[in-house]
Amino acid sequence: MNIGVLAVQGDFAEHCHVLRSIGANSTEVRLPEHLHGLDGLIIPGGESTTLSRLMSLYNLREPVAEMASSGKAVWGTCAGMIMLAAEITEEDPIPLAVMDVGVQRNAFGRQVDSFEQDLKIKGLGSDPYHAIFIRAPVIIRVGAGVEVLSSLEDGRPVAVREGNLLATAFHPELTADTRIHRYFVEMAGGPPLDEGAPLIETPRVRGRLAQE
Amino acid sequence: MVAEILTGTFTVKSGHAQMLKGGVIMDVVNAEQARIAQEAGAVAVMALERVPADIRADGGVARMSDPSMIADIIDSVSIPVMAKCRIGHFVEAQILQAMGVDYVDESEVLTPADEMHHVWKHDFTVPFVCGCRDLGEALRRISEGAAMIRTKGEAGTGDVVEAVRHMRAVQDAIRKLQNMPDDELVVEARDLRVSLDLLQQTREEGRMPVVNFAAGGVATPADAALMMQLGADGVFVGSGIFKSGDPASRGHAIVQAVTHYNDPQILAEVSRDLGEPMVGRSVRELDASELLATRSV
Repeated sequence: MNIGVLAVQGDFAEHCHVLRSIGANSTEVRLPEHLHGLDGLIIPGGESTTLSRLMSLYNLREPVAEMASSGKAVWGTCAGMIMLAAEITEEDPIPLAVMDVGVQRNAFGRQVDSFEQDLKIKGLGSDPYHAIFIRAPVIIRVGAGVEVLSSLEDGRPVAVREGNLLATAFHPELTADTRIHRYFVEMAGGPPLDEGAPLIETPRVRGRLAQE
Repeated sequence: MVAEILTGTFTVKSGHAQMLKGGVIMDVVNAEQARIAQEAGAVAVMALERVPADIRADGGVARMSDPSMIADIIDSVSIPVMAKCRIGHFVEAQILQAMGVDYVDESEVLTPADEMHHVWKHDFTVPFVCGCRDLGEALRRISEGAAMIRTKGEAGTGDVVEAVRHMRAVQDAIRKLQNMPDDELVVEARDLRVSLDLLQQTREEGRMPVVNFAAGGVATPADAALMMQLGADGVFVGSGIFKSGDPASRGHAIVQAVTHYNDPQILAEVSRDLGEPMVGRSVRELDASELLATRSV
């Protein structure tokens, strides 16, 4: 099992770290040739305008869109979700338009409005999932073939799946809970998600520093 | 189920810095420059009235920028906007937070307001980035609540030598820590004036516990890639872009150099035909009184 992580900008190292911790190989993708032989691809959190420009510049748009339409598993987190969308509310950046959803960038305000919240997510068992939203986008239109896996209390979807495509408005790579990565690895043809498996701590970002 | 919504936690503050990694944060003095920076691929802009090279040339007291100028920049781009407050000036920080800036840089580039104390950053919802010259300074800032660190370098010079010195100092200290037996850690914590807990965490992770960018003297794509190869998570470029002959091209080239920092072929390609770099001043020619990095450590 080899999962690519788009590494032109953003927190790709965090995704690679979680993938390694659950026994999947990861490959950093900066150029089109790095996409060969991958079982799936993650577009990480980052700055979507920067991701969009660098994907254009290094001819990554077409091969990534092709990968998505060929049935390979592709997952976008936050900025990655913006890149997968069919349309966004602004003219810039230009998304890849592979997933039948509409997305609004910075839907909750500025950084001071970034938040953490427990979510109920379909397919991950009964335990709540602690989600981290950072200058997060939200889904404002859901196409006919798109399944909503989780929504906020006001009804706005924040996790969706359309066949081989997965999108989350929050950052599973910043938490110790590996369930969504396991879910994605299963989508990519890996072993099925074991809901009873212990959560493996990812030591990149932890609460120990916090005075909260 | 009514889920509790938490804002301003250390997780969302330090998590934001994670999203900036592998990117370039550019100093801008007006909305037009901010748009050029965004177009060039910057992950964020630092809004300030004068870039460090001009602060250096003008002398006098350097303070927080006029809020209306910061607000103009916030309105003109969709990428995050950072702004600087003076070291220890917690009211400037309160004002910047109230304006909705995405990150506050408690910066030695401005004239310090307090030579003894830094801002107690845990009290804020907005995250802070602070400068450091070595690991001890970084961990002291983190214990005060900094959610991101940048090595200081020497701002406004275009001379990368101090940025290299500070990044090497941080990385050397971490390598030393990883080889240190448990019983020597207490003395190391005392010498660095940091908590044992934070030092142990740094040793376990084998890296700075928050995102660490390089700053202070980066002027070319090669400088930026050098800092990345030395272990930076990303790069701040202050005077180096908008004090150069062709800011749009140079900014765009530095963005690419940070992504492809390990690919000399691409670095050679993006380094071509960028026009004049900023003129710069060698750090060796500066008087001790002109050094910014030694302020309030």
